[in-house]
Amino acid sequence: MTKLLEINNLKTQFFTSAGVVQAVDGITYDVAPGETVAVVGESGCGKSVSAMSILRLIPDPPGKIVDGSIMFDGKDLLSLSDAEMREIRGRDIGMIFQEPMTSLNPVLTVERQLTETLEEHLDVTREAARARALELLNLVGISEPERRLKQYPHHLSGGMRQRVMIAMALACEPKLIIADEPTTALDVTIQAQILELMKDLTRKLGVAMIIITHNLGVVARYADRVNVMYAGRIIESGSAEQIYHDPKHPYTLALLQSVPRFDHTRGEKLKPVIGQPPDLTKLDDGCSFRPRCAFATEQCAQAKPPLEAVQEGHISACWEKSNVGLEESAA
Amino acid sequence: MSDVTTEQLEEIRDRPGLLSQIATFARKQPLGTGGAVVVILYVLMAIFAPYLTAFDPTANSYDSQFVAPNAQFPMGTDEWGRDILTRVLYGSRTALFVGFTCAIVGSTVGLVLGVGSAYFGGIVDLIFQRIMDVFMAFPLIIMALAIVSITQSLQVSPESSVYFVIIAITLPLIPNCARVVRSSALAIREIPYVDAARANGFSDTRIILRHMVPNVMAPYLIMITAFVGQAILLEASLSFLGLGVQDPVPAWGLMLRNAQEFIRTEPWIAIWPGVAITLGVFGFNLFGDAVRDALDPKLRSQ
Repeated sequence: MTKLLEINNLKTQFFTSAGVVQAVDGITYDVAPGETVAVVGESGCGKSVSAMSILRLIPDPPGKIVDGSIMFDGKDLLSLSDAEMREIRGRDIGMIFQEPMTSLNPVLTVERQLTETLEEHLDVTREAARARALELLNLVGISEPERRLKQYPHHLSGGMRQRVMIAMALACEPKLIIADEPTTALDVTIQAQILELMKDLTRKLGVAMIIITHNLGVVARYADRVNVMYAGRIIESGSAEQIYHDPKHPYTLALLQSVPRFDHTRGEKLKPVIGQPPDLTKLDDGCSFRPRCAFATEQCAQAKPPLEAVQEGHISACWEKSNVGLEESAA
Repeated sequence: MSDVTTEQLEEIRDRPGLLSQIATFARKQPLGTGGAVVVILYVLMAIFAPYLTAFDPTANSYDSQFVAPNAQFPMGTDEWGRDILTRVLYGSRTALFVGFTCAIVGSTVGLVLGVGSAYFGGIVDLIFQRIMDVFMAFPLIIMALAIVSITQSLQVSPESSVYFVIIAITLPLIPNCARVVRSSALAIREIPYVDAARANGFSDTRIILRHMVPNVMAPYLIMITAFVGQAILLEASLSFLGLGVQDPVPAWGLMLRNAQEFIRTEPWIAIWPGVAITLGVFGFNLFGDAVRDALDPKLRSQ
């Protein structure tokens, strides 16, 4: 199967006065058409930067993509001109942001937000764009779309704004949608609605999606495949099933043990991941999770573990991966 | 709550009537309302000047020189026998034309440059702001004087002098507005919807003009209203110094300049244009301050 997006050894660095921040340190993954891929990790592990790198929206300076390639639909995004890149943004790749409250322009009506994207990328008349905007609002389940079109963002609730953001991302029928923490700013009941909607729409329209989140619950339910990131690298990758039921990296294991589960016994304490994430300006040759790892050995300080297959479609970067597992630690 | 009532509530909140808005403004800003009345009077004066007087502002009349204020000439006449009331009325045309043109053009150019500078940031912003620093290092009047002196040789007729005055006043106003607008735009640059616009593939021009400019309208409008009074005063100063509008075009500053010789014997020649300038600038400044207070919640407590 041909891949829609292939990221190969992508390295994004920020050149700051405090040193070079290796925000994304050689990540490789791909997304098939129609597939939903989750990127999980804690704050500052480079998951948002890796997504912004795909759209080449890293603020430069201080940020720079120093190495790697991003192939999207047969085109190398890193070698495109700025004008060609603008054509891709919004038309072939849609983006949904974290903050629905501030991601819509407060002085434009909902209608203008939607039609502007259409007019920029597709050769449509004002009437056609308007009709499409109405259709999009219906698609994302906004009630009274006729009235909403004329309203401004401050008239809408957070959930509705996020629906409008989704409508904007879908406007030009993109092949890929990047959702950067799409539900973090919403309350829990709305989170579920929005995620259901996104899953529904991607299925129905055959759109691939990269969903960036720190919420493992989101991943379990909505992603086909999961990439776990730590300190700018992908440290484990596999199907949602594999990651959940058979994690093969100590970090993934620790993450899973830090969230409440229904099958836990009552009163059982959650295990937080001890310690702080490493300073990305001072990474050494060894595994960067080593200081917080319960499985660390001599070897971990010597060299970074490579991503190796554990089983079909499941890879992990850990020297001790054969010892890591849910059963062993639970015992 | 039923749908009908929410809709009605929204209606009421969204569209307070123009009259009630004006009433609120008048109650909260009594001084500003006084300023607004002066501004409106001056505008009416400028528009209806020909209907308010029977005289020609530029025609000399040698049998009515230095007439003290009387029934025929309510403000008296000057050394060329011209009716001072007529010249004050027509002078408001020059003053307001220069004032509004300079304020609007200066603020608008400053707006685009300021937002652009903030949007592109980095080296563009740095170079740009240093150039602005150089311009702002000179007092407005000195900059305007310098520009007028440089361009004076290009003036072909007294009527064209107005346009050179406009250029001389507009240029030094630009950096003032650009600086203020930039600071607002820098804050807006960091709000995610600008990134969202970039992620939507919009061009830089479109993001600047459609997404950032409308969001810095408040400082822009404040600058315009503040600049009108300033520009009127500058025009009067330049004309008074002999570098602004040239005779016989009616202009208050110029009238004051010519009145210098006669101030002891025929004081009315100096008094009326002086009153016109003072009242006008005072009115525009009061109005400008009130607009600033009304549009900028951050300044309200000060």
